[in-house]
Amino acid sequence: MTYPTTAANAVAETLPRRPRRGSPLSRLGASFAMFRNAKSITGLVILGFFVLLAVFGDLISPYGPLEKDFTALRQPPSAAHWLGTTHMGEDVLSQIIFGTRGVLIVGFAAGIIATLIAVVIGVTAGYISGWRSESLSALTNVFLVLPGLPLIIIVASQYENPSLLLVAGVLAITGWAWGGRVLRAQTMSLRNRDFVQAARANGEPLWRIITVEMLPNLTAVIASSFVGTVTAAVLGLTTLAFIGVIPITNLNWGTILFWAQQNGAFPDYWWWYIPAGLCIALLGMALALVNFGIDEYVNPRLRSAGERARALRKKGATISDSVTAVRAPKGDA
Amino acid sequence: MRFLLSRAAFYLFTAWAAITINFFLPRMMKGDPISAYLAKNQGQISPEAIASLRTLFGLDTERTLLEQYIDYWGLLFSGDLGRSFSKGLAPVTEVIASALPWTVGLVGIATVLSFFLGTAAGAIIGWRRGSRADLVVPFATFFSTVPYFWMGLIAIAFFSTALGWFPASHAYDKGTQPGFTWEFISQVIAHGFLPALTIVVSSLGGWILGMRNMMITVLDEDYVTVAQAKGLTTRRVLGAYAARNAVLPQLSSFALSLGFIVGGTLVMELVFSYPGVGKLLLDATTAKDYPLMQGLFLVITLTVLVANILADVAYAALDPRTRQVEA
Repeated sequence: MTYPTTAANAVAETLPRRPRRGSPLSRLGASFAMFRNAKSITGLVILGFFVLLAVFGDLISPYGPLEKDFTALRQPPSAAHWLGTTHMGEDVLSQIIFGTRGVLIVGFAAGIIATLIAVVIGVTAGYISGWRSESLSALTNVFLVLPGLPLIIIVASQYENPSLLLVAGVLAITGWAWGGRVLRAQTMSLRNRDFVQAARANGEPLWRIITVEMLPNLTAVIASSFVGTVTAAVLGLTTLAFIGVIPITNLNWGTILFWAQQNGAFPDYWWWYIPAGLCIALLGMALALVNFGIDEYVNPRLRSAGERARALRKKGATISDSVTAVRAPKGDA
Repeated sequence: MRFLLSRAAFYLFTAWAAITINFFLPRMMKGDPISAYLAKNQGQISPEAIASLRTLFGLDTERTLLEQYIDYWGLLFSGDLGRSFSKGLAPVTEVIASALPWTVGLVGIATVLSFFLGTAAGAIIGWRRGSRADLVVPFATFFSTVPYFWMGLIAIAFFSTALGWFPASHAYDKGTQPGFTWEFISQVIAHGFLPALTIVVSSLGGWILGMRNMMITVLDEDYVTVAQAKGLTTRRVLGAYAARNAVLPQLSSFALSLGFIVGGTLVMELVFSYPGVGKLLLDATTAKDYPLMQGLFLVITLTVLVANILADVAYAALDPRTRQVEA
């Protein structure tokens, strides 16, 4: 489950960055400025760890994910099996390492597709005006209201063996609307800024106004909605796999939990179900941290509030009575 | 007035879109499960039931799409959603009506509770920014990213299997007659406690974080400083000045998150075998009971819409600006 971040509410307050004159490399670096804070970096490091697991899964994992060892059934963690074994003697650690791939592929594919839809529809709806803009906005709102998971379950149940890409596509179609709505609002506020008006007066073509003048000012919103959709898609995929809508041949963290529940792992065989759930939570944490970083970049008040409060406290005042600090100290703050 | 009209138009449009999607979904399905089912159970289904199923699932191929669409609307207005295959051919509307109160009751209470608790906690944490209260933030983040079903299963393993404090599944004990007896009501509360608790815990974090961030943004506004300079009590500045404005985006996220909440319910009902709408949908999916699936999707969507309308009314009551300027 994702919750809208404050980027949506606060983003309108940030001033547009003027296009910088500099080498293409430094301009590229500048567009990553939103990730240059402790929270984002922590999130990206965790994310990178999972990406490495997914890419080098074959090399890292000690066993094959479905390799059965009937002499070691339901074994607690040991030196041979770091996270124990399943009821078939499969190595839980190897299953988790291999499962990373499916989770990340679906998460990122859904994120990319959803972000593309959101950018195309949101920016268009924000740039044009009149009934066409209104109807695109109505479309966005309809998708926002439609309950995603029930729709996915119904669509997925029509297929015998839905492919990973199909699952990602359906997750994207039910997940793009929030980003589209935020992008429309932000584009509408950019449309009438002076630098866009100037570009229009200069006779710049539409595609140039949108890609060169406007998109750089939308990167934070786009990034935040991308991260949000990936989080939702990861949770959606694991939930679907756990429910059993996605075929079990499609190994991911959700299927591990599906098997664990089907074979009575709860509550005794904790090594079987705790790690997979923690991995989902850790990945979600990492993505949330990246989004907090973007949030603080977009809304400087979030960044400075804690620091200023601490600085004031050092001087013997709390931020709540900072204005009244000149008077006699009061007791109710 | 104009605001109300435009919102009404939007909801009518959304309802129309949902119903139309519901019309096209079975027509895009591969294969024809309905005909196969009808052939298998010949003689057991009344001709009227067959006629309505044929309309709902687009088997009237001799009629044009437009005529099918009009027939479909006619059926909806007469409250006929077809017959459920897996529930002994009971009318879909009756099957859903028996499950809906459980979901709305449990999830409604849990969600509203979580919203109020989370918003109040977020307001206080935002107010005490920079203090030790900020430690709540990482915990809130963690609990909002934990997959719900996993937390539910662990809660069952811990609180019902290991400690035996709460029953692990169903809405009341088997063999109890539903009714307004103390025995029945106390069982419903005992069975509903754990599901409600897990819903609150998993959704609380989002509300806390959203409210905290809005509070920090609002607290920097001049009018809050002025209110403090006037010497108003902390309580009044916090409640009537800062939180009052900070809560507005919370309300619109509340309306938007209702769709997600329905999804969450589905998993909750699976984990706790709770006899609500979500469990019904999952059972219908496994049993390939298409009429029930279709009817459930329609009912779920319309419920979300109604909840959205209520959230809109609350927003308009709290924020005078929405009533003046166009939405």
